[in-house]
Amino acid sequence: MFQIRIHGRGGQGVVTAAEMLSIAAFREGRHAQAFPSFGSERTGAPVVAFCRLDDREIRLREPVLEPDALIIQDPTLLHQVDVFGGLSRKGYILINTTRSFDALGVGDFARSLRIERLCTVPATELALKHVGRPVPNAALLGGFAALTKRISLDSVAAAIREKFSGKVAEGNVAAASAAYEHLTSGMREATHAEAD
Amino acid sequence: MLKQTEGSHAVAEAVALCRPEVICAYPISPQTHIVEGLGEMVKSGALARCEFINVESEFAAMSVAIGASAAGARAYTATASQGLLYMAEAVFNASGLGLPIVMTVANRAIGAPINIWNDHSDAMSQRDCGWIQLFAENNQEALDLHVQAFRLGEELSLPVMVCMDGFILTHAYERVDVPTQAQVDAYLPPYQPRQVLDPAEPVSIGAMVGPEAFMEVRYLAHAKQMRALELIPGWAEEFRQAFGRDSGGLLHTYRTEDADTIVVALGSVLGTIKDTVDDLRRDGARIGVLGITCFRPWPLAAARAALSNAKRIVVVEKSLAVGLGGIVSSNVRTSFTGSPDAVHAVIAGLGGRSITKASLARVFRAAQAGALEPLTFLDLDRALVERALAREREQRRSGPIAENILRDLGVVAAKAG
Repeated sequence: MFQIRIHGRGGQGVVTAAEMLSIAAFREGRHAQAFPSFGSERTGAPVVAFCRLDDREIRLREPVLEPDALIIQDPTLLHQVDVFGGLSRKGYILINTTRSFDALGVGDFARSLRIERLCTVPATELALKHVGRPVPNAALLGGFAALTKRISLDSVAAAIREKFSGKVAEGNVAAASAAYEHLTSGMREATHAEAD
Repeated sequence: MLKQTEGSHAVAEAVALCRPEVICAYPISPQTHIVEGLGEMVKSGALARCEFINVESEFAAMSVAIGASAAGARAYTATASQGLLYMAEAVFNASGLGLPIVMTVANRAIGAPINIWNDHSDAMSQRDCGWIQLFAENNQEALDLHVQAFRLGEELSLPVMVCMDGFILTHAYERVDVPTQAQVDAYLPPYQPRQVLDPAEPVSIGAMVGPEAFMEVRYLAHAKQMRALELIPGWAEEFRQAFGRDSGGLLHTYRTEDADTIVVALGSVLGTIKDTVDDLRRDGARIGVLGITCFRPWPLAAARAALSNAKRIVVVEKSLAVGLGGIVSSNVRTSFTGSPDAVHAVIAGLGGRSITKASLARVFRAAQAGALEPLTFLDLDRALVERALAREREQRRSGPIAENILRDLGVVAAKAG
């Protein structure tokens, strides 16, 4: 089982991101479970959503306590919420930011992990460019596909089109593709090539 | 057709496939997405020959369902928590009159203190209201139980409550197999009421019955539920043959064949319990699970058979009978021929507290070691409780408990976890 925890703020599409991720995995024939950490939804309040992927039926209903991957939609949460809680040493981290892990003040923590599994992507900027609104969720799913290779970009695009339609869908697909490209070209340039 | 969708949406689709003729609804979390989905289907015409009625309260929702059902319509509504309490009087009337309304209860805690999260307090508060109560383990079963509920209720002229864990199931995206209209039509015949308000053949429904016959009417309600115990397994088998899935029925066992310890539970926590049991089995523990699907009528004989070889029983339940302890465990004791002391109640997940594998494994190991108390509150913060008790000892005007405890915790607003 592969477990993902998504942190963000109300209004950033955190819950929708987890749902779309589960749809993408379902389209690849896998079992997937997505659910929010339930609360009184308020714009701007910290929000968490979870997604589990597996090749068999998922029965577990506890929140994701030991994630294999973290998607952080809002870097201002890094010092407010225990976003890294329970993360595996081999875990993936994807942060929506234009800054480095060091500049975000989490450089030391990052160096205790597998560096090739840590990435940043300017998802808000990509969303503003392609969607016209600062909603980074779809772009981050494109980035997640590139970083973890757990799902294909095509499946992410199909999931976005299942959730949205028309211009909104196509803008989000473009943002996801741009984030995917941003990370794959970045990873090609990177010198580290540690195998899984 | 296989779909990856939200539990509420899956249930809305299932209800629509059952061709309801009247849906009345009043919104309350975590049920709202279900009736919103149905409202959209009625408006778009996807659900034809159905009247969607927005009512002014839950009391009105059940009252409208009663009127619609008495007029011969297939009627549906959904609610949760305080909404179920608000309609309680009408809930008893629906069963007392023998009207086969189907209602989803998206299980949620009851205040005070105000809490929107999941537990089973709402459904358990109505356990003796005369409705059949079915509990879904996952969203597939939630979908399937609705199809079975209309069949069951209409055959017996009894209302059926399909309980699914609020948020944990209603808001979860997972894989469900949505049947075709032809499949549902073949399983669920058109509603043929035993009683109907028909201007062509006038009758009255709802007589006042005095001491001369009230007992007999109540006895017949009980006899009908006992009849349900005989019929439900056959209908679940028929469902399995028609849809290819083992959904519904009275109860389900998991790895109980050689188990000396059996964990009993209702609803979605069964999944987490099964995963925990698999882990303990790998360490050599002889432990299994009994999932109760049909809580009312209580499947006395079937549960007794399933528990007959167990040495100890751990009932994990998401409700609390204040002043007694467990509700489900009190029922389980009636089905256990061994010592009542061997039945342990574990109150868990109240008001949305997460029920984790780690905590469950701890209590199951304690049970196997003979170290589990008769009544346990899973992951209770004992220090927090002690602080509140100390405050009450120290000062007469100790203040409101909920506000004080939140202040002790240093939280400014309630949060999940």
